[in-house]
Amino acid sequence: MLYKVLQVKKLTSGIYLFKLQAPQIARKARAGQFIILRIDQEGERIPLTIADWDVEEGSITIVFMAVGTTTCSLSRLKPGDAVADLAGPLGHPTEIERFGTVVCVAGGFAIAVIRPIIRSLKQAGNRIVTIVGVRNKDLMFWEKELRQDSDELIITTDDGSYQRKGLVTEPLKEILDSGEPISRVIAIGPTAMMKFTSLTTRPYAVKTIVSLNPIMVDGTGMCGCCRVSVGDETKFACVEGPEFDGHLVDWDEFMSRQTTYLDQEKYSYQCTAGEQQGHRS
Amino acid sequence: MKERPVSRTAIPRQSARQRRHNFDEVALGYTAQMAVAEATRCLQCKKAKCIDGCPVGIDIPGFIKAITEENFAAAVNILKSDNVLPGICGRVCPQETQCEQLCILDKKGESVAIGRLERFVADWERMQNSPVFAVPGAAPSGKKVAVVGAGPAGLTAAADLARMGHGVTVFESLHTPGGVLKYGIPDFRLPSAIVDEEVNNVKNLGVDIELNTVIGKTETVDELLGRFDAVFLGTGAGLPLFMHIPGENLSGVYSANEFLTRVNLMHAYQFPTYHTPVKTGKRVAVIGGGNVAMDAARAALRLGADKVYVIYRRSEAEMPARREEVENAVEEGIEFVFLANPIRFLGDEKRNLTGVECIRMKLGEPDSSGRRRPVPQDGSQFQMELDVAIVALGTTPNPLISRSTPGLEVNRWGTLVCDETTGRTTRPGVWAGGDVVTGSATVISAMGAARKAARDIDDYLKGSAGPDQVWRENQAGNDRNH
Ligand SMILES: Cc1cc2nc3c(=O)[nH]c(=O)nc-3n(C[C@H](O)[C@H](O)[C@H](O)COP(=O)(O)OP(=O)(O)OC[C@H]3O[C@@H](n4cnc5c(N)ncnc54)[C@H](O)[C@@H]3O)c2cc1C
Ligand SMILES: Cc1cc2nc3c(=O)[nH]c(=O)nc-3n(C[C@H](O)[C@H](O)[C@H](O)COP(=O)(O)OP(=O)(O)OC[C@H]3O[C@@H](n4cnc5c(N)ncnc54)[C@H](O)[C@@H]3O)c2cc1C
Ligand code: SF4
Ligand code: FES
Repeated sequence: MLYKVLQVKKLTSGIYLFKLQAPQIARKARAGQFIILRIDQEGERIPLTIADWDVEEGSITIVFMAVGTTTCSLSRLKPGDAVADLAGPLGHPTEIERFGTVVCVAGGFAIAVIRPIIRSLKQAGNRIVTIVGVRNKDLMFWEKELRQDSDELIITTDDGSYQRKGLVTEPLKEILDSGEPISRVIAIGPTAMMKFTSLTTRPYAVKTIVSLNPIMVDGTGMCGCCRVSVGDETKFACVEGPEFDGHLVDWDEFMSRQTTYLDQEKYSYQCTAGEQQGHRS
Repeated sequence: MKERPVSRTAIPRQSARQRRHNFDEVALGYTAQMAVAEATRCLQCKKAKCIDGCPVGIDIPGFIKAITEENFAAAVNILKSDNVLPGICGRVCPQETQCEQLCILDKKGESVAIGRLERFVADWERMQNSPVFAVPGAAPSGKKVAVVGAGPAGLTAAADLARMGHGVTVFESLHTPGGVLKYGIPDFRLPSAIVDEEVNNVKNLGVDIELNTVIGKTETVDELLGRFDAVFLGTGAGLPLFMHIPGENLSGVYSANEFLTRVNLMHAYQFPTYHTPVKTGKRVAVIGGGNVAMDAARAALRLGADKVYVIYRRSEAEMPARREEVENAVEEGIEFVFLANPIRFLGDEKRNLTGVECIRMKLGEPDSSGRRRPVPQDGSQFQMELDVAIVALGTTPNPLISRSTPGLEVNRWGTLVCDETTGRTTRPGVWAGGDVVTGSATVISAMGAARKAARDIDDYLKGSAGPDQVWRENQAGNDRNH
């Protein structure tokens, strides 16, 4: 079976939205879960969050950043093309309850993948404050959509080219200092952002959930590649996560494991670079 | 009448020097002439003991006789009526503890080389232009069975059930069928192409295989029971065990499952043509003493390591790995560190693995398994420098299915509670067999269990057995006991 690409959209520089035909996964998908995808016979299996799904159409949406061999090849597919393999939905869904006020922090591709979480939390009756961090104005997308789903939206840019200049942790700290009771913080995006969000909330003892993105192979608990130290325990992120308590994650170890294949990734990217140039339109 | 050689016919192999550098098969297989010569050694015993040693009950003297008559097609048909995966079994079964151990000639230390003959017959069939196996199946029954897992257990159950006339769909979570045969056992022992071929033979019996379907996630067992008349679970023991010692999550420490999956299933040894990388260290240590440890060590060597160590806490005599594979490993230059156990992994400031600290062990009194228990010796710590460490301490069943299926009981090792003779689990309509029931065992024992379950499923679907009744009584008994 092939999994057809139904729709392709470039959201901003380097970030793409794909709609894929996957009726079985759409039927089961919940906010916070992910899929494993392999483009072709030579391809690597990579995990991507389910950013949206449509049971009737039998489709799921993924939003990804083109950072290396697989994601760059993926970005070159067109509607009508297909990927060889797609498995899911994997991992635990995000815990959705009526918590009170929830601050959702996102950056990069996660601006998109945090949306179903925000939506579900909103439906459950929470007040949602969303903080989005991007490097500059051009990298921002879906502002209207996020504003619609959140009670409050704060945007920060590293260079000050749009709205607040600075990092997501600054408005986060102000909210924590403001005295408004915050029931929980959820952070998704680049590892550094999740780490510093956790460090920011720790002194306030506000429960902070991060959606970890370790390197994975099978995504079903069979290899242990995705293991992370959480508190005193070793957890397999693909089956016991991907969401964990950010205050308990051993971030240094996590980041070291994420960079295990840096040299090979660069080499692999160079090897496919020639091929890429030919296709780029 | 041909002359009967006294000694086993040797099997040609790649030299150790050569094979250290490639993933090609080590043993090369018999020629037709060698096979016939070896087959003539069989005494054609009336009460053939060898069959008792075969978990799927192959008519061993029958197929060997056909070889002596050079009627290889007949040999294929005899073999395949009982074993759908002969090319695989001929290569990886531990015949020395099964059929060959019971062979009457084994008393003289020269049993018939049953495994090599099995392999020869399977390889001969593969060389033919069209399939040879032509034993007709039963008429369609109109019943549907879901098989979960496309490893040896699932494939065997699927083949048997299809030939009994049932409609069979296999659900497999990975992108390729084969289970451990595909992701665990390396090409130099079992070429991937052979697995593909034998899986295809199963498909040709009318079996559908749906890949990328994680039961427990994509669909639950309960949902399968709504669509199918019976469910067979052959999901294996895929969850790797770790030691839980400091430093085990450093970058550079692998489970054997991850290392072998990257190398075999994902073809990391052909990186960058295939895109999945694996860390290829100069100094590699594998921890464990089983077949999995041997496979990991030999794969690491072929990836270009200068030094590969196997660290095992007991002595050579207690190693559970097959003799033949240990000898192969030694020939290839793998070094063994016996009576030593890691107590922590060492890393640099960037949390990359740099070494391991071990403690020396001494063998004490025998434990419950009958093997002498290793006891650490105080003050005997020593360190080894390493780039890569591979933990091969065994696996248990993945809890994905048991946790998502009400009524499916597991025991304290995580294996499914199951009736040994029928394969029935504690959940009505659900059977199981293979590693998910026994814990990590062998290909052929998984196949044997699957055959028994398939027979019971067939009886159940035909209504000639009353497992429903049995299940109900069990249930009632349990309720009463609670
Ligand atoms: C549960 C989960 C959900 C994810 N969801 C998304 C998503 O929705 N959108 C998205 O763009 N990405 C997501 N990721 C990250 C995505 O899987 C990686 O970006 C992808 O594997 C990179 O593959 P590549 O071959 O293109 O790049 P590679 O050449 O493999 O790597 C390029 C760069 O990406 C980093 N990288 C490699 N693998 C990962 C990884 N698994 N996680 C993070 N960084 C990695 C490398 O360190 C390197 O810097 C998710 C990861 C996980 C574990
Ligand atoms: C490295 C290694 C070397 C070995 N060498 C030998 C040897 O030389 N000789 C020998 O006899 N034995 C050997 N073994 C043991 C042997 O491979 C196993 O005993 C045998 O494969 C068990 O078969 P199985 O069908 O029960 O399980 P597996 O082979 O484990 O197959 C289970 C299948 O189920 C799939 N699955 C699991 N969960 C799900 C789910 N939730 N939904 C859908 N699919 C699922 C898995 O992906 C897998 O494909 C070795 C094992 C390893 C790891
Ligand atoms: S026991 Fe040995 S000699 Fe006798 S039939 Fe079996 S293989 Fe032949
Ligand atoms: S990715 Fe293999 S166990 Fe999680």
